[in-house]
Amino acid sequence: MTLKYTKDHEWVRVEGATVVVGISDYAQTQLGDVVYVEVPEVGRKLEQGKEAAVVESVKAASEVYAPISGEVTAVNTDLAGEPGRVNADPLGEGWFFKMTVAKPKELDALMDEAQYKTYVEGLG
Amino acid sequence: MRYLPLTTADRQAMLAAIGVSSIDALFADVPEAARLDGFVDLPRAQGELEVERALGAMAAKNLVAGAVPSFIGAGVYRHHVPASVDHLIQRGEFLTSYTPYQPEVAQGTLQMLFEFQTQIALLTGMEVANASMYDGASACAEAVMMANRVTQRKKAILSGGLHPHYREATRTHARFVGFQAKLAEPDPEAREDLASEIDGATSCVVVQSPGVFGQVRDYSALAEACHKAGALLIVVVNEAVSLGAVRSPGAMGADIVAGEGQSLGNALNFGGPHLGLFATRERYVRQMPGRLVGETLDAEGRRGWVLTLSTREQHIRREKATSNICTNSGLCALAASIHLALLGEAGFTRLAALNHAKAVALADRLAAVPGVSLVNDTFFNEFTLRLPKPAAGVVERLARKKILAGVPASRLYPGKPALKNLLLVAATETTTETDMAAFATALAQVLA
Amino acid sequence: MTDWSQAVSQFRSDAKTTATVSGNRGLQIEEPLLFEQNAPGRTGVDLPEPPAVRSRLGGITREGPIGLPGLAEPQVVRHYTRLSQKNYAIDTGLYPLGSCTMKHNPRLNERLARLAGFADVHPLQPISTVQGALELMDTLAHWLKTLTGMPAVALSPGAGAHGELCGIMCIRAALEARGEKRTRVLVPESAHGTNPATAAACGFAVDSIPATEAGRVDLAALRAKLGPDVAALMLTNPNTCGLFEREIREIADAVHGVGAFFYCDGANFNAIVGRVRPADLGIDAMHINLHKTFSTPHGGGGPGSGPVVLAESLAAFAPIPWVVHGAKGLELVERAQGSARGSIGRLKGNHGQMGMFVRALAFMMSHGSDGLRQVAEDAVLNANYLLARLKDELTPAFPGTCMHEVLFDDHFLKDTGVSTLDFAKAMIDEGYHPMTMYFPLVVHGALLMEPTESESRGSLDAFIAVVRALAKRAKSGDAESFHAAPRFAPRRRLDETLAARKPVLRWQPPRSDRQAAD
Repeated sequence: MTLKYTKDHEWVRVEGATVVVGISDYAQTQLGDVVYVEVPEVGRKLEQGKEAAVVESVKAASEVYAPISGEVTAVNTDLAGEPGRVNADPLGEGWFFKMTVAKPKELDALMDEAQYKTYVEGLG
Repeated sequence: MRYLPLTTADRQAMLAAIGVSSIDALFADVPEAARLDGFVDLPRAQGELEVERALGAMAAKNLVAGAVPSFIGAGVYRHHVPASVDHLIQRGEFLTSYTPYQPEVAQGTLQMLFEFQTQIALLTGMEVANASMYDGASACAEAVMMANRVTQRKKAILSGGLHPHYREATRTHARFVGFQAKLAEPDPEAREDLASEIDGATSCVVVQSPGVFGQVRDYSALAEACHKAGALLIVVVNEAVSLGAVRSPGAMGADIVAGEGQSLGNALNFGGPHLGLFATRERYVRQMPGRLVGETLDAEGRRGWVLTLSTREQHIRREKATSNICTNSGLCALAASIHLALLGEAGFTRLAALNHAKAVALADRLAAVPGVSLVNDTFFNEFTLRLPKPAAGVVERLARKKILAGVPASRLYPGKPALKNLLLVAATETTTETDMAAFATALAQVLA
Repeated sequence: MTDWSQAVSQFRSDAKTTATVSGNRGLQIEEPLLFEQNAPGRTGVDLPEPPAVRSRLGGITREGPIGLPGLAEPQVVRHYTRLSQKNYAIDTGLYPLGSCTMKHNPRLNERLARLAGFADVHPLQPISTVQGALELMDTLAHWLKTLTGMPAVALSPGAGAHGELCGIMCIRAALEARGEKRTRVLVPESAHGTNPATAAACGFAVDSIPATEAGRVDLAALRAKLGPDVAALMLTNPNTCGLFEREIREIADAVHGVGAFFYCDGANFNAIVGRVRPADLGIDAMHINLHKTFSTPHGGGGPGSGPVVLAESLAAFAPIPWVVHGAKGLELVERAQGSARGSIGRLKGNHGQMGMFVRALAFMMSHGSDGLRQVAEDAVLNANYLLARLKDELTPAFPGTCMHEVLFDDHFLKDTGVSTLDFAKAMIDEGYHPMTMYFPLVVHGALLMEPTESESRGSLDAFIAVVRALAKRAKSGDAESFHAAPRFAPRRRLDETLAARKPVLRWQPPRSDRQAAD
């Protein structure tokens, strides 16, 4: 199961006709302890690069952008009571939402794991 | 100069340590055309005695409210503040401390604010309160902006019983922040029916309890009408002592309470600094502006307090902040909290009852003056009289007799000639029999 | 491992040596909440029994108890005295907080603010009975205008951020009066958070201007971002890195060149008061934090006061009320009509933070024009002294001298395992409030120090000695002692994550009490 990444540190995992979206391990380390997550409503139409969710730690609040365009099909309601999952398991139980793929070309253009790793190292 | 510890010898030694020959070298980045060679054209330094004389002379030109019969309210009320309050707030550790961003060395401020938040939540009947705002009028504007965020709508309806300063402040924000504020006509007889004006574009209805003309109304039905339409009810309280007798906004179904806390612990101060109060339902807490103090544990497992949910605020969210607010009214909140601590349940409810009793006695007395009628069916400690001639002139003449006879409606509503014979009159626990008699007698004379 | 959990594990080894029976530690008392000291019916205020009257409340009365606790006066006095002893304050020590200007709060100012003729006067008394109050406001306005060289001032804003709001609203009103609609406001990356928050609140898109290597606004980048759609530039000068913007007149010219306005954040006025008039730098509006440069007390978070000086081009839009000289004395313009018809209206109730006006004017008159100039000089001298004596142990963020505050980055802590946060917590154990941390954002792990003119050389030397020793200790590899700090404050490190995840924002009666009540 391969992950794709955006420059804004979101990851995308393909699950059939939909994808799962979350934030990367690098992002959660930068944020610190996550205290609150605001996820979009099911059915909302997202545009690539536009704000999709908000993640808050004690010291910072960050936008989570839609990695691709599509419609939200499911959201991780567990994050309301346990925002710490984003820190503990950012690539697994810390997922934010699932969405459809409106434009497959957008998905192809994202970074793969190796490219993202290089990108993060370059950030210093 | 008494506030400047550095001596000439210090300055010379420090310049040497820095490695420059004169202080001017440290101002080298200032463009030459902007450098002032001499002193700005203002008086030179003065000792305490001279400054005291100069400002004392200015103070002496004012008529002190406590020295004469005084009946002015309209959002700022003269109550007796117990002696302990002013002593305690002048302790240097309260007076000269900074915002509690380093909680380990600010537990005094943080515990105090946590207690204040609890007291305000209890008084207003709401679930959560913040650590105060600048004043009631700006708190009102912030409440409307919060309702807009929560409902994602942009149309606010402002009652004719809402204090005009609050309406105007909200309208200024409406113009520049980008929402609509519909101002209902001033409503001295409490006849307005705002429920019929609510529609699917309404974000909130803002009412005041008691109203600016003094009326006490039950807003429960209005709350229901708001909620049915998906709008919020904002109740403004600008006489905090009324909460000791009048049904709380929370009990009436309010979603947000914005108000003025000056009545508790704070002097008139010619209008500032005062104390903005803000409270709401728990489910809206992340949309609430202003500072919030929360309880937590330290590394030893001891209970302590910290500023929390800060990511709403300007220093973190920057352009996406819920508000640009940076300060609260800390020391004024402390004064209010100490006053409430001294009063307690028994004292606060008695204080409210006393205020009402005084106002009832005064209203009956003044309504008996020929030509004067009482407009209100209901009131707490402030009511409206209809005079046979313009109230502004009457107030001026009574001022010359050293009686501060209340606020003419024309002062608050200069563009509304229909209100010019109305006079807003307040009484508090400080109002005496002698004061009331003097007022009634003088009023009769001036109206004769 | 988070900073907080490291602190917890350190405690476990400290535990045995620090426990007392009461939990108190000498003069530090564990003071319960007011609500935990309740005795029903008890009170600390004696009020007469209200006479029985026919109620006029219309039956809309409070039902049920409020829940306020009852204490007697001695208990209340003790409660707040004990709380005060848990606070650091200017009266107890130096606050090296950048951009906060934590200077001495003179007690003369407290005495004068409490004169009955200022404190016991109602804002809505007839104007003829408050001429002295208006005279004080007018005199303060004169001092502010003269010190800044600006022709007008709006006194009513309640604090600095409120002043920024006022300034940006006036700018928008001026543009609308010209028939222009501009959509962008430019703000340097290093700006205080209130700047972009204010601009965004007024409907502007915020565009960021980068800084140069020398820590100042990149003029070329600014020029590139300027255009006819820019309403204003919001700039702090000296900037939040403690540096004077050398090219400020060129910046002003560039901004005016596209018909935009120059808003100056006056938070750092303490560096230049009496030596430079902001009007001569080309500004159009500037808020002044009376609680910074002019010593009004911070009071644990407020109240503040933020009057805004305005250029001729913005004066007509100032919020009401205005104090004006009339035929029969001083008058208050409370209506946006006639000469005030361009006013943006009211921003808050009544006339402004009068109590802070009295204090600020007393401060100004005490110093005079000569003393105020000395204030700026001593403030700048003190900050440069810190820089000179610390620059070999800490890493200054920018080369050269500074103004009234000095900025370091966390480079000197590299590879020590000690963060800026840890360093700050160790300072608490040494008896100091930490300096401003992590601001401005343009520098990594920022430490921003502003000593103010109120500190003696001895006070600075003591502070320098501690900072140097801590820096040396960090570099020597003793990270653990930093992680465990603070140990000696009334509380150890507090769990801010817990506070934000499970917010407890008020006291609630214990479950058993609540169940009994139901």
